[in-house]
Amino acid sequence: MGLQTALLGIVLTGGAHAAVPALLPAVATVHIKDFKYNPPALTVHVGDRVTFVNDDDEAHTVTSIDKSFDSEGLDTTGMWQHVFSKTGTYHYFCELHPYMKAAIVVLPAAPAK
Amino acid sequence: MKRDDFLKHVAWTGGGIAWSLTGGGLFNAQRALAAGGPISFVQISDSHIGFARPENLDVIGTLEKTIAGINAMPVQPTFVVHTGDVTHLAKPAQFDTAKQILGTLKAPLIVLPGEHDVIGTPAAFFEAFRRSDAPKGWFSWDQGGAHFLSLVNVFNFEIDGKLGAEQIDFVEKDLAAQKSSTPIVVFAHVPLYALFPPWGWTTEDGSRVLAALRRFDAVTVLNGHIHQIVQHTDGNIRFATAASTAYPQPAPGTAAKPGPLKVPDSKLLSVLGYRSVEIARSAATITDHSLQT
Repeated sequence: MGLQTALLGIVLTGGAHAAVPALLPAVATVHIKDFKYNPPALTVHVGDRVTFVNDDDEAHTVTSIDKSFDSEGLDTTGMWQHVFSKTGTYHYFCELHPYMKAAIVVLPAAPAK
Repeated sequence: MKRDDFLKHVAWTGGGIAWSLTGGGLFNAQRALAAGGPISFVQISDSHIGFARPENLDVIGTLEKTIAGINAMPVQPTFVVHTGDVTHLAKPAQFDTAKQILGTLKAPLIVLPGEHDVIGTPAAFFEAFRRSDAPKGWFSWDQGGAHFLSLVNVFNFEIDGKLGAEQIDFVEKDLAAQKSSTPIVVFAHVPLYALFPPWGWTTEDGSRVLAALRRFDAVTVLNGHIHQIVQHTDGNIRFATAASTAYPQPAPGTAAKPGPLKVPDSKLLSVLGYRSVEIARSAATITDHSLQT
């Protein structure tokens, strides 16, 4: 399912007068499909934005075990972005299907080139 | 009918005045007078208000159809229990819609949460369905000679299907005060036994509650969550999961994942429905009604 579909989903569920959230540039996209996060492990740097897209036929969440981030419920075609501001290993899971697990490693900000 | 009105109604029939009912209703009334019971109630589950996918594009319509079926029952149930996943994403607007529809039931309503009703926080669920006698969500009561427990196994942050020590302690103390001859009925969203753990269809600490239920003559455990009817008997405990009012899910292990199951449109109503239960002495009679007419 492509990005256009994801944006369409937001337009449809946001109501006639809701602003369409702009998709900000992200370093990576995690797709949720068949009750799995893909990729299940991802490495980014402090300050990086990651996009999560629900390509599944079921609702899911992107919820960190340390509660530092939570997408809340993402329906089919739902999309959510998060900027990682601290280094560390963030384990996250789906609140609706807690056996769905994945992790993101956040390294110090990449030095300017 | 409000609960107080119903109790007055019961007192009236208990006085021996004949019910002006037809068919099974009259039979039930006569048996009630003979046995000091029975009590009948209805279970509905998994309405997923807010769900909008091809598996069911009108979950409002199928819930309304469910309510119409219950309201048309010749003998109104003592209460209707909704065993969770009232909403799809726990949004306040979804709760508002659900409350409006469920508010058209003639019988009193009891609602317990499913994991879809407490995404992130149980606040919206409690806002919609809080009971003064259940500050934590779980509670018990006596009615019609039976003892009822309404439990919550979706509050754990990282595990669906967990009751937690505080609730188990409540259950153990509550059951300790009951006679073993009293029929026990337990409600919870996620199945209390290991129905299919690979899909999360189990309650991690459910065995402690089941252990406390062993000494009773007859126990009925009614759950939702898996959008299909599965009956299972383990000694004195009879388990039954309910159909959804919204969409079916695959039988355990018959698909790669437990997502919504698409059936032909002409078949959808036949796999959705509600359940009536009659408790008389030690016997529970479970009857499942599909929405197909």
